[in-house]
Amino acid sequence: MASYSTNEFRSGLKVMVDGDPCAIIENEFVKPGKGQAFNRVKIRNLKTGRVLEKTYKSGETLEAADVMDTEMQYLYNDGEFYHFMVPDTFEQHAADAAAVGDAAKWLKAQDLCEVTLYNGAPISVTPPNFVELEVVETDPGLRGDTAQGGTKPAKLETGAVVKVPLFLEEGEVVKVDTRSGEYMGRVKN
Amino acid sequence: MAGVTAPQRLVQKARMLQGIRAFFDGLGFLEVDTPLLDATTNLDPQVRSVGARVNGQCHYLQTSPEFAMKRLLAAGSGSIYQIAHAFRDEEQGRRHRAEFLLLEWYAVGLDYRQLMDQVEGLIRHLWPQAGRFGRLAYVEAFERHAGLNPLDAPLERLREAAAEAAVGIDGTALSRDDCLDLLMSFVVAPALEEFVFIHDYPASQAALARLKADDPRLAERFELYFGDLELANGFGELTDAAEQRARFEADNAERARRGLPVYPLDEAFLAALQHGLPECSGVALGLDRLLMAMTGSRDIAEVQSLPPFEG
Repeated sequence: MASYSTNEFRSGLKVMVDGDPCAIIENEFVKPGKGQAFNRVKIRNLKTGRVLEKTYKSGETLEAADVMDTEMQYLYNDGEFYHFMVPDTFEQHAADAAAVGDAAKWLKAQDLCEVTLYNGAPISVTPPNFVELEVVETDPGLRGDTAQGGTKPAKLETGAVVKVPLFLEEGEVVKVDTRSGEYMGRVKN
Repeated sequence: MAGVTAPQRLVQKARMLQGIRAFFDGLGFLEVDTPLLDATTNLDPQVRSVGARVNGQCHYLQTSPEFAMKRLLAAGSGSIYQIAHAFRDEEQGRRHRAEFLLLEWYAVGLDYRQLMDQVEGLIRHLWPQAGRFGRLAYVEAFERHAGLNPLDAPLERLREAAAEAAVGIDGTALSRDDCLDLLMSFVVAPALEEFVFIHDYPASQAALARLKADDPRLAERFELYFGDLELANGFGELTDAAEQRARFEADNAERARRGLPVYPLDEAFLAALQHGLPECSGVALGLDRLLMAMTGSRDIAEVQSLPPFEG
């Protein structure tokens, strides 16, 4: 496997840190005039999503992480695994709950997600930025209350709960931003 | 146009260069110009040279004009200064570029303390609004800001302090000087305000400075900081050819130990020392950095005339 020296560090580079695949977010070169230089690096652990800081002596190397982001279609959940498929090749991958993480509550069959593969296996899933989901449970709508701007919780078909305007009814379809979990609008059929 | 420096910055730079020449002309220094290409290069294990192929032969772009200028001094040039580009590979960041602009000068007959006065005089000449200039001995700077004595502290104590200052570092791989360099960058320099000369470095970090006659644990070396921005490095120059040869050989041995390229010794420079370098002090001042200080720039890209080539 290839490795990268500190002078090749740049944001987005995928490297192995303490046995886990990570992505470099920020890299700062620090040198005291003459003498040993250091690289102060911010990295994201691609398994846990956690951001950590590391300091390396300049010239040190890190092993490259065999990590690839691939767009895949979500198929179904068999109770244990979430199944995805690469549309072009029909190649299928099964991701466990740890890999899917918070994305699970936005996954609707046939939606295209970004699946991060590490050594060929999924380690994380990013849902589409916007999803359209049906409201399956909410308090009855208040007609004529569209201008008030109040909100109420609504449970969506995938299990996510979002705040929606008071006028929405069960059975309606809403558009949601998965990054913020915010209601964006009503989708007319 | 993207990345091209604003005309106002070009004017500031031109004024700075004119100001430097006026200052040294007033002192009777001679401006010199030495080759950028050489068949050998800096042996400092911490410096990476940029190679260049010339007529099928391996050459290097100078990492500073130091050896060339000392040959002129030995040949009787008297006090000299040079404004030159210098090159260092694998140095890239907000304060570093592989190619940068240096002002280097040698004052014959001045000791390194008098040279610090001269550095302050030059900066005040270029920048009348410049604030306070302080002086702080290296040992005192560490005692005050890092809470340890850099000469006496056991290696374990230095590694502990380094690991505390630098998140997620493998402290066990750090040598004594690694720890000191780390603490300088991460703890001491960030605590400095305005202009501060850090002087009397440990002998292990003497580089090309001579050791102090009254305390050989220390070297006649200083660095000028502006806040945590390092601007200049100066020496009471080592004039002893045998000692210089021994330091070069130690550098090459260290390079070999680290698996770095080993270079031929600069025999022309050593011969010049053997012939006799006048008692002098010398300093290199990073002009991009000085412009950063004067213009309050956070990134060296803001003061270089054109963006670097992106290959």
